[in-house]
Parts: sequence; structure tokens; C-alpha cells
Amino acid sequence: MAAKVKSSHMSRREFTKVVSAFLGGIMGVTLGIPIIGYVIGPALKSQGSDEWIPVGPLENFPLNEPTLFTFNLTQVNGWERTTNSYGAYVLRTSDTSVEIRSNRCTHLSCRVAWDDAEQVYKCPCHNARFDIEGEVLYGPPPRPLDIYETKIENGVVYLNPTPKEA
Amino acid sequence: MAEKIFTWLDERLGLETIYGVVLDRKVPKVNWWFTLGSASLFLFIMQGTTGIFLTMYYVPDPTKAYDSVEYIMNGLAFGWLIRGMHHWGATLMVLFVFLHMLRTFYFGAYKYPRELTWLTGVILLLLTLGMGFTGYLLPWNQRAYWATTVGTAIAGSVPFVGDFILKVLRGGPDLSALTLTRFFSAHIWMLPAALVALISTHLYMIVRLGISHIPGEDE
Repeated sequence: MAAKVKSSHMSRREFTKVVSAFLGGIMGVTLGIPIIGYVIGPALKSQGSDEWIPVGPLENFPLNEPTLFTFNLTQVNGWERTTNSYGAYVLRTSDTSVEIRSNRCTHLSCRVAWDDAEQVYKCPCHNARFDIEGEVLYGPPPRPLDIYETKIENGVVYLNPTPKEA
Repeated sequence: MAEKIFTWLDERLGLETIYGVVLDRKVPKVNWWFTLGSASLFLFIMQGTTGIFLTMYYVPDPTKAYDSVEYIMNGLAFGWLIRGMHHWGATLMVLFVFLHMLRTFYFGAYKYPRELTWLTGVILLLLTLGMGFTGYLLPWNQRAYWATTVGTAIAGSVPFVGDFILKVLRGGPDLSALTLTRFFSAHIWMLPAALVALISTHLYMIVRLGISHIPGEDE
């Protein structure tokens, strides 16, 4: 056995440690990143649909009176197709214009209903009130009712099923 | 700072002692054949990890199992990688556990005082094959279905009690949703629990007794 000499070279033990840490790090990263992607992947997938949904001829909707319109959207979630029903209030504002609002309360997503007598949208969950323009009159909602993008082609109203914040 | 934290932890957990007993123990001069046990352990941990992640999307139901596996393979980021590792890791694990057994046998490492290590190892080999058998059914494709049909039918050929064994394995006379859920349960809970318990015993005895040296010419 040679006497211990302080050498500038790496000892065998140090070399093993460095190589183990290096290879372990590479393995950790090459496995860790795919695993993170695997876990959070479905959460990052955009669920939006860009297909315009026909709502009906504009003249069918009464002037200045919100009318409920419901439509179904089918989404593929993993190995399953889920069909959800959505509701929107169609408000014809003139002979050539229309506004469509979501019936989801902006507070906690309960469905609001138009009250013709009081001329307000009422939310059944926390007694919130919205006016005909969707503005908050009373209650906890943080913002007005969401708006659907619309277009009118040959007198027929279409909506884009992804609602936008008003 | 890091050293302070380590000292604090070491005083309470005895980390240095564990390290010394488990990793710095005396080992005779051995060769590469002696790494097969560690390789088997590594594969078991890898199978456990990838398997846990697979249960996040897999559904053990005849109407959904195939579609959920299809989703893992084609609809999901890196699903093919996680399932691929589990698939190939399973084959490798059976191979490595078997080679590990051959090494123990040919080097005479099963002799006194390591008989019990050998016996637990035999059960570990059988449990590993059980994991392969139960896992094979889970994708619920044609190959899985018929392999399990044949495999359980072979178990059913045992004299006198064969029919009973077959029904217990299948959860009834035919392959059904019950077969799939019981194979799933065995694959992810029962067999792994038994494997963890026996691997712990196996490793405890290896640390306690040390590993045997390579037999010399005069032995």
C-alpha cells in the first residue's frame, strides 16, 4: 500500500460520486419531464370549439326581450365523449343586431333565469341580479354576464360556443 | 447550513449508521453476475413508478379498458413512453429475476446460512410471474383476452379442483368484467403488497448475512 499522497487528481471514490450524480441527474430529467407532461397534459389541452352554431332566423326573436336558447356540445375527454347542454339568452336589439349572453352566473356558475316581470336576470344560488345588458345590479358576481360572439348570415343568427368576458 | 441540517437529522434518524450498514458493508470480490439482484430491484421500482402513473388514465372495465389504453398511447403526451417502459420493464424484470436465480444456483449462494433468502427468492420469482400474468390481461385486446382464456384454462386442467380454480381465477365460468377487475386488483394491490413485504425480508437477510463469495476450485 502506497502512503497517502495529496494528489490534484480525483480519487476513485470522488470520480464514482461525480459520475453517479451526473448519470442520475440525466436519468431524473429525462424521466421527470415526460412524467410531468403526462400528468398535466390533459389540463393544458384547449377545449374550445370554433364551429358556429345556428341559433335561428333573427325575426323569430322578439325585440328587447331575452329568449332562452339551448345547445349541446360534445367534447372528447380522454376515452370518453361527453355531451353537455349550454344555455344562452338571445336579445334582439334592432332589426339587424343581436346580443347573446351566457346564462352562467359569473359568481359560481349557477344558471340565471330571465324574469320578465322584474326585467332582471335572477340567479337562484345567491340571489344575484343582472340587468338586461348583463350588468350586475345586486349580489356577489364579480363581472357582467359573459357574451357569445355572434354573426348574422342571410337573416340567420349564429353563435360561437366559446363565451367571452363582457 | 446544509451540514447543520444533516447533523440534526442524523442525530435523530441515524443516517450514517444506516449508510454504513447497508452500503459500506464488506463484500467479497465478485463479478458482474452479482449485479442481477440490484437490476431486479431497480426494475421493480421502475415498474411500480410507471404503474402508478398508468393508473391515472387506465380504467379496468371491459367497455373502457381498451379505449383508455388507446388514449394513453395516442392521445396523451408521453403516454407511449410511460406504458412502453412498463411493457418492456415487465419483460426485462422476468428475465432478470430468472437470471438472478440461475446465478444464485450456479454459484451455490443458496447454502447455509442463506436458505431462507433463497426460499423468499423463489416466492418472489413466482410473484413476478403472477404480475406478468395479471398485467397481460389489462389492455383487454384480443391477445390479452385469449392469453388469459388459455392461461386460466391451463390452471383449470388440475385434477379434481381444476374447475374450482378456474372459476376463482375468472370470477365465474367465463372471462368477464369480474375477471378484469380481479386481475387489476391483484396486479396493482395484492401482488405488489406481497412483493414489497418479501423484497424487504430478502434485502434484510442480504444485509444481515452478507453475500457469499465465488466458490473456489477446492470447494
